[in-house]
Amino acid sequence: MKRFLLTASVALAAIASPAMAQNVAITGGKLVVGDGSAPVENATVVIRNGKVVAAGSGIAVPAGMEQVDASGKWVTPGIFAGFSRVGLIEVDAVSQTNDEDADHSPFSAAIDVVPAINPSASSIAVNRAAGVTRAVVAPGAGRTIFGGFGAIVDLGEDYDAVTTSHAFQFVELGETGSSRAGGSRAAAHTLFRAMLSEARRYARNPAAFESDLLTRQDAEALGEIVDGRTRLLVHVERAADIIQTLKLRQEFPALKLVIVGAAEGWLVADQIAVAGVPVIASALNDLPEYFEKTAATQSNIGRMKRAGVQVSIGMINDRDAHQLRYSTQYAGNLVALNRVPGATGLSWDEAFATITSGPAKALGLDGAMGSLKAGRVGDVVIWDGDPLELSSAPVEVYVDGVRQSLENRQSKLRDRYRSLDEGQLPRAYDR
Amino acid sequence: MRSAMLAPLVAIAFAGCANMASDDAVASASAQDDEGERVSIAEDPFPSTYRPYPGRPTAIRGATIFDGEGGRIDNGVVFVSDGKVVAVGDASTAIPADAMVVDGTGKYVTPGIIDVHSHLGNYPSPAVAAHSDGNEVSGPVTADVWAEHGVWPQDPGFSRALANGGITSLQILPGSANLFGGRSAVLKNVPARTMQGMKFPGAPQSLKMACGENPKRVYGNRNQKPASRMGNIALDRATWAKAAEYKAKWDNYDRKGGTPPSRDLSMDTLKGALEGKIAIQNHCYRADEMAIVIDMAKEFGYRVAAFHHAVESYKIADLLRENGICSAVWADWWGFKMEAYDGIPENAALIANAGACVIIHSDDQDQIQRLNQEAAKALADGRRMGIEISDAEAIRWITYNPAMAMGTSDWTGSLKPGKMGDMVLWNGNPLSVYSRPEKVWIDGALMYDAFDPAMRPVSDFELGQPGEGDVK
Repeated sequence: MKRFLLTASVALAAIASPAMAQNVAITGGKLVVGDGSAPVENATVVIRNGKVVAAGSGIAVPAGMEQVDASGKWVTPGIFAGFSRVGLIEVDAVSQTNDEDADHSPFSAAIDVVPAINPSASSIAVNRAAGVTRAVVAPGAGRTIFGGFGAIVDLGEDYDAVTTSHAFQFVELGETGSSRAGGSRAAAHTLFRAMLSEARRYARNPAAFESDLLTRQDAEALGEIVDGRTRLLVHVERAADIIQTLKLRQEFPALKLVIVGAAEGWLVADQIAVAGVPVIASALNDLPEYFEKTAATQSNIGRMKRAGVQVSIGMINDRDAHQLRYSTQYAGNLVALNRVPGATGLSWDEAFATITSGPAKALGLDGAMGSLKAGRVGDVVIWDGDPLELSSAPVEVYVDGVRQSLENRQSKLRDRYRSLDEGQLPRAYDR
Repeated sequence: MRSAMLAPLVAIAFAGCANMASDDAVASASAQDDEGERVSIAEDPFPSTYRPYPGRPTAIRGATIFDGEGGRIDNGVVFVSDGKVVAVGDASTAIPADAMVVDGTGKYVTPGIIDVHSHLGNYPSPAVAAHSDGNEVSGPVTADVWAEHGVWPQDPGFSRALANGGITSLQILPGSANLFGGRSAVLKNVPARTMQGMKFPGAPQSLKMACGENPKRVYGNRNQKPASRMGNIALDRATWAKAAEYKAKWDNYDRKGGTPPSRDLSMDTLKGALEGKIAIQNHCYRADEMAIVIDMAKEFGYRVAAFHHAVESYKIADLLRENGICSAVWADWWGFKMEAYDGIPENAALIANAGACVIIHSDDQDQIQRLNQEAAKALADGRRMGIEISDAEAIRWITYNPAMAMGTSDWTGSLKPGKMGDMVLWNGNPLSVYSRPEKVWIDGALMYDAFDPAMRPVSDFELGQPGEGDVK
């Protein structure tokens, strides 16, 4: 809820406590910490000043603290959408409400999504009611291969949505990158190298910088990824593109890479694992929807995980502004794969981590959020059942320790049209 | 809803031009006169060549059965033989000695899942421009085009829909760029070399129509009619009026002979709709627009089988019930375009609660692989607001109801004796995220078996590619 501008070391950054946070102990529930460990029955979660103080079994409720009985329910960290455009778009096809990318801007890498994030976007409240409390928000690449700086947001009901700005830079190096660079992957890689070289030149002598390729602002922005101050999220799907992405570190050793998409990641999982590069992948792609996804399979994430890749789930160009609530369904499907002969899924515990601590870790933020370990943000969801099951839903949602309203446009429309009986006045008077 | 099999009115050929119509079609033509000079109607110029694949008498014993029409049998028996459902009943149901018996303990059986709204084959994977065959965007009235002529049988999406979604039949619809998009194709979800090899024998065609943003955007951008919702309806009505005239000319000719009217393939389709042989599948999001279409259908005398997408059906569920029109909806899509802004997850349940017909559709190569899950979400959202719907009823949304809207419910969509042996054995409750199809039969033939990699179809496109024959 509190904006916190991060310029350098992102990882364990403290996030200021919001004023309205409840101090609350949630007791008796089935606790999922979110770090891949097994659920704990009859556990207690203590939240104070917006942070998790303790979570587990045998924890005493501090005297005088408000207690919420979660008996028979599940208690988990809020869902962390590993890749999204939430808050950038109200209606995709209404251009005035769509701030995903800017293909007529003179800028690219310098563009920062932060001013475009609208905490009042209806999808924030809708997805909050489904238990999503944090999200990676990435700009799209408009004019060239770089999209700009992405942010981490919370989905709380206030105007302080941005948790972390400059959380990463976003670049396209697959089919989309090819098209943005002029028509080939070779051109995309040439452009990438040239732009980063220009950024180095800028860093050495900003005053003298002139370039046909980059504005000063873009050069300064790219300087942050060249020296590893800011992570670089690279969208690639094809196995060969993944390998080429990993090789970028030969020329730019400080790059902090995160691969996004990676539909064919399983083909080169060992190499990704050796490189230690995290992956945020689409969960259920299993079609050669584009040639770059020819080998797509739902076993992709499971196979990468078995190979030692640090992998989590994101909504990559997949209803990424409106349906972050699919995260739980996607994770559940990966569990289902365990019963399909020949497929590789995830254990339930692993699957839940891919939508909580996993994305946080990929962004270097797992010390601050994504699980219910002590010191993490107080993003907690109480569910009426197994959170990955289709029939379950949140009963209560906390963001930074603040209990949230679960009301939204959709719930209000539902209530208005619950009955179609004509009353004394038209429906427009009914709210 | 129509349940009788209705032969589609198809192309028309002059007698003597036998190459324009199959011999069967000419022979069955009704308008042929004694001299053979009267124009005849080819009922089925692209006939199905699909024949059920060999199956063996198969019984599933001990499973929970959802019959597709809202029935549920615990610890039941389904017996399929000669391609047909023979018996569905409780544990005492007799199983012939020669039947292959599948132990369904802890498992579930449903009819084959049916998607009333798919573009597989017309917008196949990979989605390259050369494969884009779902919208004839050369004009807003293209009732002459047929989806089946753009179906690429090698679309890998068919196999995913089978293995992950238990889809056994589906309707391929033209897209929604046009007011009159063209005729649909109803397919059995079997791999084949040709479209005809997939074609559902005897299934009627439907006509795809579209309301709202798409037609007015596509043609408005060209400074062409329709450029507004007013233009949409004006051009719709002008076209229906023309069709009524066309039909009258042909009716007159059929009665009195003389010079046959000039043929117009687009009008042939609309004439079929006015005769009740071709139902309308109407892409329409907003409640107010659906209400206008309902009046327009009455004005001209055609039947809307289903409103597709229909994200606002919950606002007029009473009107839809009164007019006997199904809503083919997603569980929870919304917000991607203005006319989808008011979509809510309780839509399906609210429609059902009003007594109107609900179908969960995909319109998507991914969600066609989990219509069961989409139905489960829609069911759960309804229950959460206090609407009581059984699991078995939710299964009807993806089996019997879509079959009814497509005109195939006499043959498939439920597990009733005499119907096609289209069924899915699930490894758990299909309304759980943790369940998947274990075996899928089409016309009694086993077409997918999770335990047998040889029973996993691989399209030509995927041969020799990375991941060929993989679990998907």
